[in-house]
Amino acid sequence: MSDAIIGGQDRIAKRFAKLKEEGRAGLVTFITAGDPDPEASFEILKALPAAGADVIELGMPFTDPMADGPAIQEASIRALAAGMHMRKTLSLVRGFRDQDHETPIILMGYYNPIYIYGVAEFLEDARNAGVDGLIVVDLPPEEDAELCVPTVEKGLSFIRLTTPTSDDKRLPKLVQNTSGFVYYVSVAGVTGAGSATNDQIVEAMARLRRHTDLPIAVGFGIKNATQAAEVARQADAAVVGSAIVSKIAESLDENGKATDKTASMVTGLVRELADGVRNARS
Amino acid sequence: MTSAPTALNSYRALPDPDGHFGNFGGRFVAETLMPLILELEQAYKDARKDPAFQKELDYYLKHYVGRANPLYFAERLTEHLGGAKIYFKREDLNHTGAHKINNCIGQILLAKRMGKTRIIAETGAGQHGVATATVCARFGLPCTVYMGSKDIERQSPNVFRMRLLGAEVKPVKSGSCSLKDAMNEALRDWVTNVEDTFYIIGTAAGPHPYPELVRDFQCVIGNEAKEQILEQEGRLPDQVIAAVGGGSNAIGLFHPFLDDKDIEVVGVEAAGHGVHTGKHAASLSAGKPGVLHGNRTYLLMDDDGQIKEADSISAGLDYPGIGPEHSWLKDIGRARYEPITDKEALEAFKLCSELEGIIPALECSHAIAQIMKEAPKMGKDKIILMCLSGRGDKDIFTVAEALGVEL
Repeated sequence: MSDAIIGGQDRIAKRFAKLKEEGRAGLVTFITAGDPDPEASFEILKALPAAGADVIELGMPFTDPMADGPAIQEASIRALAAGMHMRKTLSLVRGFRDQDHETPIILMGYYNPIYIYGVAEFLEDARNAGVDGLIVVDLPPEEDAELCVPTVEKGLSFIRLTTPTSDDKRLPKLVQNTSGFVYYVSVAGVTGAGSATNDQIVEAMARLRRHTDLPIAVGFGIKNATQAAEVARQADAAVVGSAIVSKIAESLDENGKATDKTASMVTGLVRELADGVRNARS
Repeated sequence: MTSAPTALNSYRALPDPDGHFGNFGGRFVAETLMPLILELEQAYKDARKDPAFQKELDYYLKHYVGRANPLYFAERLTEHLGGAKIYFKREDLNHTGAHKINNCIGQILLAKRMGKTRIIAETGAGQHGVATATVCARFGLPCTVYMGSKDIERQSPNVFRMRLLGAEVKPVKSGSCSLKDAMNEALRDWVTNVEDTFYIIGTAAGPHPYPELVRDFQCVIGNEAKEQILEQEGRLPDQVIAAVGGGSNAIGLFHPFLDDKDIEVVGVEAAGHGVHTGKHAASLSAGKPGVLHGNRTYLLMDDDGQIKEADSISAGLDYPGIGPEHSWLKDIGRARYEPITDKEALEAFKLCSELEGIIPALECSHAIAQIMKEAPKMGKDKIILMCLSGRGDKDIFTVAEALGVEL
């Protein structure tokens, strides 16, 4: 078995084990595949690990991202306008895996493009491309038979979003078929909106730890190194999406095209965030 | 397949406890919303069993909405077409001028029961927005309506109506700027305001339990019509027919007739510029099953699963999906769905206005257009019962523009 198709759960578990060894939290970065165009997106993707991304979430563009705020909505629109589609998203991952065998890649998005691709074929192709896990926003545990169960059977992780509305009654159901890590959405809302207070995060961590031993990544509303550091003191990883994607938007020329600053502006922010996360506990 | 055993017994037994109509329906929502949806499901179950809730609902339907509305024999249209007798169920005579209010009364009573203090809604043509703003005014709850900026432009009278009623109308400028995007935005609001907000969905779609509860609240259309046709004709109709966008007026008419297996059930979709042009809203005729807005149903999309923009002269039908129960009825063959173009609907709009003195909404003009095709081929002893879902006053500017008339 080649390195590229090692089961995804391993790569995620190894990464979090390494973070634990280093005594620090991880930085999970989100970008949308194909934003602002497939080539520029690949350049950004390749540069993320060196800039300090420990885990990469790669958004699968969708026309109707119901749970996303304006920044990630626009990223999807840019990617789709540049001709992005699922097969290209998977080849982006394949290209990345040719040179990076260790950084976990999680595909994140909505169910319809996967459903239309065909669940079995998608899982096969995603695994072969070197994908490690999936986050699918509109698949709660009530619909686990659709994709979650087949994903886990395929040896990939199905990472669940838990939220401020996930109480002690709901949480056992949420962590049941999940693996890799648990994503805690720290505010009820869309991506890129307000952020939670430190107390709220502390309380949520305690609640989550009662129900799972998996690493916990906290996201939503983290925009800078200070906020990332604050989260990194409580959680196993901090997730940043909208702020990174907004950086891409900021770097574009007047026609919405990538410029020679696009990749460097993104890696610049990721470096700052990584510094924040790495120095949080020292 | 759940459809086979069900079909033997009843077409009215679904959804199953998980909200499925055969392969369709379900609960495809963000986790943040799941506890809310489960809470709503429980609240609705309790309300349905509570005679006091039903009594209150009946009270408002009678004294506020003005039900029962007439089942009207469209005599001149019948003569003109020279075939089957045509009856209109006059939902246009409801308070606010369309069937939408039936559902809004039901949902706001549910919201009150659940202690919710803020209402949100999405709207396409503005009819559901107006109906929601109306019940919010009546029950004293603040109301935010999301509406695509394209629809705001073509339905300005309804926008003004909503504002008069005290609602905040928020223009949605994302995606295709129409109904589906308004629904996305309403979901984003809901996910942000989970504590106090009740989302009044306007059609029999979305995550379980919405398709079921909206249908149940709209079944007053079919239940009344059934009684009325028996009274007037001494028998049931040969065909029930209605326009489908999301499909709430249609399912409300159809459902009480589904187990009368000799009755033909016909839904009429908006074919826009024609199904072959790709510019239409005919998800059942030209779409395929996919997952959007909380349910699996027929959708218009490309090969990558990206949702396509719908196109119809009627803002109320301009949606790339359809309620999941219609998808199921189509697949099991209990109902058939026919496409009608903008042009055909306009002809029907004019004909009905001229012959019956009823200006119909562009939505149900699609159903009239289908009747124009089918009634002449049916014997004079046959009966067609159509849902005239709304009045057309809101559409006069759109129609004038399409006819090249300056107002």
